[in-house]
Amino acid sequence: MTQDVTVPPIAPPPESALRDERRADRLDRIVGTVQRQGALAVLVLVAAIGFAAFPNFRSLANAETILISAAPLALIALGMTFVIITGGIDLSVGSLYVLGGVVAAYASQWGVLAAFLAPLLLCGAFGVVNGVLVAYTRMAPFIVTLAALLGARGLMRALSNEGSETYLVRSEAFRAFGSGEFLGLAYPVWLALALFAGGAVLLGRTRFGASVYAIGGSEDAARLMGVAVRRTQVNVYVLSGLLAGLAGAVNAARLGSGVTVIGVGVELDAIAAVVIGGTLLTGGAGTVAGTIAGVLLLGVIQNLINQVGSVNISWQQVISGAFLAVVVVVQTYLTRLRRIQ
Amino acid sequence: MTLLEVAGVSKTFPGVRALDDVSFALQPGEVHALVGENGAGKSTLIKVLTGVYQPDDGAVRYRGEPVSFGTPLDAQRAGISTIYQEVNLVPLMSVARNLFLGREPRNALGLVDERRMNREAADVLTRYGVRTDVRRQLGTLALGAQQMVALARAVMVDAKVVIMDEPTSSLEPREVETLFGVIRDLHAQGIGIVYVSHRLDELYQICDRVTILRDGRVVHTGPLEELERIRLVSLMLGRDMAEVRREGVTGFTGEHEVQGAQPVLRAAGLRNRHKLHGVDLAVRPGEVVGLGGLLGAGRSETLKAIGGALPLDEGTVEVAGAPLRRRTSVGAVKAGIALLPEDRKAEGIVPSLSVRENIALAVLPRLSRLGLVSEKKIDTIVERFMTRLRIKASSPHQRVGDLSGGNQQKVLLARLLATAPKVLLLDEPTRGIDVGAKAEVQALVDELAAEGLGVVLVSSDAEELIEGADRVVVLRDGVVVGTLDGADVSTEGLLRTIAAASSAAASAATQEEAS
Ligand SMILES: Nc1ncnc2c1ncn2[C@@H]1O[C@H](COP(=O)(O)OP(=O)(O)OP(=O)(O)O)[C@@H](O)[C@H]1O
Ligand SMILES: [Mg+2]
Repeated sequence: MTQDVTVPPIAPPPESALRDERRADRLDRIVGTVQRQGALAVLVLVAAIGFAAFPNFRSLANAETILISAAPLALIALGMTFVIITGGIDLSVGSLYVLGGVVAAYASQWGVLAAFLAPLLLCGAFGVVNGVLVAYTRMAPFIVTLAALLGARGLMRALSNEGSETYLVRSEAFRAFGSGEFLGLAYPVWLALALFAGGAVLLGRTRFGASVYAIGGSEDAARLMGVAVRRTQVNVYVLSGLLAGLAGAVNAARLGSGVTVIGVGVELDAIAAVVIGGTLLTGGAGTVAGTIAGVLLLGVIQNLINQVGSVNISWQQVISGAFLAVVVVVQTYLTRLRRIQ
Repeated sequence: MTLLEVAGVSKTFPGVRALDDVSFALQPGEVHALVGENGAGKSTLIKVLTGVYQPDDGAVRYRGEPVSFGTPLDAQRAGISTIYQEVNLVPLMSVARNLFLGREPRNALGLVDERRMNREAADVLTRYGVRTDVRRQLGTLALGAQQMVALARAVMVDAKVVIMDEPTSSLEPREVETLFGVIRDLHAQGIGIVYVSHRLDELYQICDRVTILRDGRVVHTGPLEELERIRLVSLMLGRDMAEVRREGVTGFTGEHEVQGAQPVLRAAGLRNRHKLHGVDLAVRPGEVVGLGGLLGAGRSETLKAIGGALPLDEGTVEVAGAPLRRRTSVGAVKAGIALLPEDRKAEGIVPSLSVRENIALAVLPRLSRLGLVSEKKIDTIVERFMTRLRIKASSPHQRVGDLSGGNQQKVLLARLLATAPKVLLLDEPTRGIDVGAKAEVQALVDELAAEGLGVVLVSSDAEELIEGADRVVVLRDGVVVGTLDGADVSTEGLLRTIAAASSAAASAATQEEAS
């Protein structure tokens, strides 16, 4: 398909210029690596401290606890990663997560398949509405998904009799999914791992992923370059809604009921995990691998604070918040460094 | 058969009739120049042709068939490749990703084959003189290199029509040659090309036909050869040939009166590890000093260093005898240095604010007394700059982001001039600005110099540099290699100094090797 264009020979640039180019290439690569892998490095560091300081942290059982409690947040954060890279935000995922849990528990009376499908359909539908409004009316994602947050919360309350009724999971198979293990890891952890692998391929190795980055980098340029901007936007919000619903289902399976009182502020935890994982809040850059590191970092911090015991649990949020602030400052600095050279 | 054609097309934006009953036809294998003042409607016509805008009225025909492209993608699929004027690529994505966006090579599983993509990107780009790691973020490349990537992207696919909206505005002469090589090649293959530029020399070098737009209407269309340059300008501006002739090539009047011997700007020993190796510069009040040299000589870097936008390892900058202590952009502005940077997209104007608000932002510190500002005073200043620079807007309250590319440049320039600085650093001040307004900008620079400002001018337009500057300091690889004074300030003088420096450097290099 390439056209054969002969370009007149160009005098090679002076050696000094080439040297500068190579130096710039190298610097850019280093800064890029720090941006992408910073969260992983911090995670390893914090885990190492935990290993040295707390005997209980070292146990395999504890590692499993960290993973299983991180799984729902991981799923939500995966969808959020896509949304944020397009330059958007999805505030509705916290409500959808709770709604998904309630619906899954309720639908479990019709079997395990229904318990998964019902929340996926309902939360996916919320995602479609979010996506269509963002893409076609050009309303701010912040506003659109805030409305969805309220709507989903209202729906959840209506379904659960003002939150007072807790549906128990009726399907044995569904409950078994929440508590069972395979090769020492809980099923939800396997699910999260599989979806993250899929997400990494989708974002990094497909044309859809390329469109996601392009839109976040510059929506106007993306449109002029022939990217199907609106379709891609709808897709990322649907993905985010689906994953939030799935996270709710996973949580319901694990707890054995559709708990109505959780989930406040989960959307903010997810955003924090994504940003700590190196994704730019302004869009255009980020990775799925970084998001895993971000989610685990939050989980490990929480776990360590539980180990200390005497510290109030609220400190977890203070520490996570501090991490977030540091990450944002460092990101800004690194982005500028790349620009200036 | 006509390749691409519009008939009776109109397009209205709130407050402006951007296109008014425009007809335009592109034949296969012709390079068709589309010219007109800033805001004449060139970019709008291109956007109507390629599905970015839908025309209010009129028809688009492509290879004889009526078409209606809903999106730029439809136009691309049909074989129309476009380099748009402002945004073309995504700065945060890698060079290779930008080049292949939407047509990435895929492996048997349907996944993007990154290795092949990077290899092919590197191959393609070396032919365009871009030698860089293609995995780098595009935004970290020089502007010219970015533009070459956009060019490569447009030409890579099997296009029947290639449209270029001011492709050369951020290119250096060497890169322009590459572009022309590509255009000649496309021409030989029978591909139709639409070419927009404000640099008239280029049009006469490369174009066969010309269509002139004025205020959204076609005022002339025909072979370019038969059209005298001065007549082209008079048609564009809608003024008499005699009047145009009298005004001459540039708006500069020649020598300036240098006031006082004390330099208003003195920079000494500017060093930045890779770019500058000890540059000295002194500008007296009322003097316009040009910086000459080739691509990579360190002209823009010198300006940025003085303006606090490039970190320095060593060196001092004094304004009116007082050394700058804080070496930041803010510190420089406070000291009275105004910098018009080369890359206009990143900084400068606020697109979502109006023309008036943008200019007001710049003059507020100067006009406000006890936090109060006279609205009337602002209106007067805004009015003055809008008429002087011929900023074409439906009103002072129009959003800057909706102005034509050239008019955005003018607002940026107005903002800078309105700050009443002591030192003005201008990097390519007339880039993207039409011939009429160009002379106005140059006259304005003259006037400011006469008021006692010190001006440093960088321009890839040799005429502008020679006629505008009283003195030209020639740079090469980040060092000063000569200064042209008085009668020496001429194109020949400039070329001679650059050539002498090159051969000196070459012989120094051979000596080094020999020893
Ligand atoms: N999106 C928009 N909204 C409102 N007005 C617009 C918009 N786009 C263009 N215009 C107006 O339409 C007119 C034509 O603009 P256009 O960009 O086509 O000019 P141009 O010939 O390309 O100028 P330049 O040489 O400066 O690029 C201008 O008056 C501009 O203000
Ligand atoms: Mg234009």
